[in-house]
Amino acid sequence: MKSRIPITLVVAALIFFAGYAALFIAPDERTMHEIQRIFYFHLGSWTAMFTALTIAFVANVGWLLTRKPRWDWLGVSAVEVGVVACTSGLITGVLWGKPAWGIWWTWDARLTTCFILWLLYISYLILRGLIDEPQRRATLSAVFGIFAFLDAPLVYVSNRLWRTQHPAPVLFGGADSGLDPTMVKVLLFSMCAMLALMLVVLADRYRLERMRHELDELRVAAETRSLSAGPALTSATRG
Amino acid sequence: MSTARAAAILLAKELRLELRTRELLNATIVFALVVVVLFSFSFDPTSAESRRLGPGLLWIAFLFAGSLMLHPSFGREQINQTLDALRMAPISPFALLLGKIFANFLFLSAAEVILIPIFAVLYNVSLMGVIWKLAIVLALGTAGLCITGTVFSAIAAHARMRELLLPLLLLPILAPLLIAAVEATASLFAERPGLDRTWLAFLAGFDIVFLTASWLLSDFLLDE
Repeated sequence: MKSRIPITLVVAALIFFAGYAALFIAPDERTMHEIQRIFYFHLGSWTAMFTALTIAFVANVGWLLTRKPRWDWLGVSAVEVGVVACTSGLITGVLWGKPAWGIWWTWDARLTTCFILWLLYISYLILRGLIDEPQRRATLSAVFGIFAFLDAPLVYVSNRLWRTQHPAPVLFGGADSGLDPTMVKVLLFSMCAMLALMLVVLADRYRLERMRHELDELRVAAETRSLSAGPALTSATRG
Repeated sequence: MSTARAAAILLAKELRLELRTRELLNATIVFALVVVVLFSFSFDPTSAESRRLGPGLLWIAFLFAGSLMLHPSFGREQINQTLDALRMAPISPFALLLGKIFANFLFLSAAEVILIPIFAVLYNVSLMGVIWKLAIVLALGTAGLCITGTVFSAIAAHARMRELLLPLLLLPILAPLLIAAVEATASLFAERPGLDRTWLAFLAGFDIVFLTASWLLSDFLLDE
């Protein structure tokens, strides 16, 4: 418990400095000016989302192969954190899209893919809520998680083939695309900060899931004991 | 017993079961027809408009009909715990899945065969020249829908609110299939029809990816 406080403070400081750097250190963008500064957190959200969903995929495969409950805890935690990161990416994207492109939303390949991913992983969480038996819940949601992860590249490719008028990549696009060196530094810093935030929340969520599991086991143990001890104890243990 | 033989026996069982009552097939066809008819109120169904919006309309109708039709595939096995009996049989889980995928594919294809001419008449679209090419697109699209749908039917069968859950799980995953199938169909509905091979290849790719995934995951899907 104590070891979590310093790391949480470090991450809070990282996010604080990332915000400061994005607002005051990064240079002004030529055409979009101040509004472009949301970009440092926008891209950070996507980095966090893709990392979280990849972790979820690994955890899903891990559960199916080993049946160790910790993979299931990791899977659900990563999906929840990934959905939050995805939501933040979508919202910052919409806020940025209106002033930058003149429209809130466009059905371009990247936006559509992320939106579909968001829907898929929300369905994953709904599915988990609707299956009561823990073993079965873990297995079936792992199978669905793997299908959802496999679907992501297909959604991207189909949209890429379909609508080709999306904005050309500014980053990693080609020789003359490139960003100002200070911008790159601020960007990398805020991406690391968002990633660190995601990992800290993920670790906390994982701990919560483990405690839930332990509580369930204690409940079952208490019920079995009260059953074997006879009806007199039942009300006491339940209360 | 080989997987193919076991799957064939299970397919025969599914067909026998369905042909006795035909309840699934009748309901699916009528449901898809209702969707097709309701769409005519959402735009002016002239010939030009139908060519533009028809492919999307048709595939949305198939997707919705499929997502409702696929639920009984495993849901039906729950009533008398017949799924447990099937799992006790000395056959691979993939054979069980494959038999059901084929059965659903045949049911949905039968519905499509009935609906396509009705659609052509109602929306004034001439399909005579492209009927075989359209059959290829329909087969590949329906296969993708039935592969993912049958797997998800097995997942949803163990959950509460399963009738609502299946479309929720299935429809977003079918987004790439919908795009590819609609585009391929649109290339056939155009003034000068020509089959778009890129989308056909994409549909085939979709089917292969998810059929392979179902094969690899069928042990886990059906083992409890």
